[in-house]
Amino acid sequence: MASTTGSLPPPIADPDNLVQADLGDVVQPTAPVREDNPATLTARNVSAWFGGFKALERASLNMQARRVTALIGPSGCGKSTFLRTLNRMHENIPGAKFGGQVFLDGTDIYGGSMSVTAVRSAIGMVFQKPNPFPSMSIAENVVAGLRLSGKRHRRNDDLIEESLVRAGLWREVKDRLNVSGASLSGGQQQRLCIARALAVHPQVLLMDEPCSALDPISTRVIEQTILELASQITIVIVTHNMQQAARVSDDCAFFLVEEQGQPGRLVEFGPTSRVFSEPDDPRTLDYVSGRFG
Amino acid sequence: MRAVKTPPPAAVVAELLGPAELGDEPRRLNRIDPRETLLAAVCAAGAAVLAWTLCRFLRWDGPLPLGLIGIIAFAGIYTAAVRDQLGDEASTDRTITLLISLGAVIAGLPVIFMVGFLVVRGIGQLRPSFFTNDLAKSGPLDPRGGAKHAIIGSIEQVGLAAFVVVPLSVLTAIYLNELKGRMSRMVRFLVDAMSGVPSIVAGLLVYAVWVAAFGFSGFAASLALIILMLPTITRTSEEVLRTIPDNLREASLALGAPQWRTVLRVVLPTARTGLVTAMLLGVARGIGETAPMIMTARGQNGTNANPFKDQQSDLPLFIYNLLRQPDKRQIARGYTGALVLLLVVLSLFTLARVAGRPRKRRS
Repeated sequence: MASTTGSLPPPIADPDNLVQADLGDVVQPTAPVREDNPATLTARNVSAWFGGFKALERASLNMQARRVTALIGPSGCGKSTFLRTLNRMHENIPGAKFGGQVFLDGTDIYGGSMSVTAVRSAIGMVFQKPNPFPSMSIAENVVAGLRLSGKRHRRNDDLIEESLVRAGLWREVKDRLNVSGASLSGGQQQRLCIARALAVHPQVLLMDEPCSALDPISTRVIEQTILELASQITIVIVTHNMQQAARVSDDCAFFLVEEQGQPGRLVEFGPTSRVFSEPDDPRTLDYVSGRFG
Repeated sequence: MRAVKTPPPAAVVAELLGPAELGDEPRRLNRIDPRETLLAAVCAAGAAVLAWTLCRFLRWDGPLPLGLIGIIAFAGIYTAAVRDQLGDEASTDRTITLLISLGAVIAGLPVIFMVGFLVVRGIGQLRPSFFTNDLAKSGPLDPRGGAKHAIIGSIEQVGLAAFVVVPLSVLTAIYLNELKGRMSRMVRFLVDAMSGVPSIVAGLLVYAVWVAAFGFSGFAASLALIILMLPTITRTSEEVLRTIPDNLREASLALGAPQWRTVLRVVLPTARTGLVTAMLLGVARGIGETAPMIMTARGQNGTNANPFKDQQSDLPLFIYNLLRQPDKRQIARGYTGALVLLLVVLSLFTLARVAGRPRKRRS
């Protein structure tokens, strides 16, 4: 792992290795990028239950605006659950309970001042499995968020192009925007989902293992997209892949279940370079150096 | 099969690999070897001769024993012949294929027989005038009588019922599968109980509650059909909605959509094909119901286009009444009515297939 020593090197060291077509897409946006308003997300004492089982205990974390925060840890450590509490998707699961507070630029998203739909419009999400809407075309998929949240958008074509450019998919699909979204490859579908999430201009983007179902080339394209987006939006990404966390994230949080049946806890949080090179907790060192998990 | 395989010598491998300039044509896979067809034909001929001889010898007349013995003999001879020529594995494969194909033919025979029977018996009266005349003035000897009144009645009664049932049952299915409300279990239980109601009981209920007060009418028949179609369409729709993966609902909710928009814009469009099929299964069930019609629409020979007043005919009643007549021509008309009913159901299914097809996209 190249990034474990000293300060964090540029995440993708050798740009020549990138797929040229995709790189061209992301560095030269042809559509004007709308001004975004990234927000800082602060979780305080977040606990989560599934029925009687406590999955996560008192996790407190500050996810800075314009930074990429990675959540790592072995399976079942509560990192995905934590992510889902950040845009109130957790409470959709029957029997799920939540404790604690989550602040979006100081506003409690579980308080009465923000509706659930407003929270989810401001905090977008990309899932593990690409899930474009099969009944819609590529273009319809991109603007689905606007139609689904009842917003009207006058210049749909511009928004479609802008979102697809930001997700690094524009060049591959610009000639077949009316084709069903399900006809794309897995990696393209995932980027379509990213474009769909970006089209509603969220302040924060949550990503739940977005590359775990993808091949290395698609993964690399998506990582490149994440790095491009990092300056425009707050990103929180759950990943099983420690190299990926090292490549794309600025900050890193390590979650762990100490014993079977115990809730997951936040073990360590800090700048990625430090978490990967000289963590405070010996368990973090064991995990990032591949000694378990 | 040999237990130990020795690798083939280098010369054999070289010959298998062949010259470099060997053709690059796609091979036709799963092609039936003409020699195998010949083998099957020889076996079939042998089986036919055997069956015929055996039937003559045992004095079993008629096509049924001949056919049965022929099929059994063919299966035996063919299995043995294939084993001899191609080995055990091929023999098992061909035998099972033969058995399954035979099963498919046996399962398909009743349908073919029924449709064929109706076509043969009913085609004689199937002429344009059948669709433009009713039976008001045509006696047994009059060739011009038709089923116009019954077709109008069927369309109105089933149409009215579908108009009420389709939205109601899709909404119920949404309640059961999307909202998962507190009453779900009870509603599901009631729907299941309703699907067990015999059609004549539905007819009796409408007779007691509606017909006794307001008289016979096509609308009374619709009421009975509503009771019968509702559980079918509801449960089928619920099953269709259950097949929509949860990650689509999640994707929609995560975009800031309220649940009602998620259902309206994501779940229902994705389930469209299945829902149309569900609707059609219900309509197909409703259009063939006879027992409740006797107690609700009652039927008549003249045309009554108003489903809300007076007795009205429909296709099942038309068939039922005419087949009980002693006259040959009337019975023939009944069969034509049955053929028309079959055609109506068939065209409904075709329509649903076309309507339910996913929209084509420009590529």
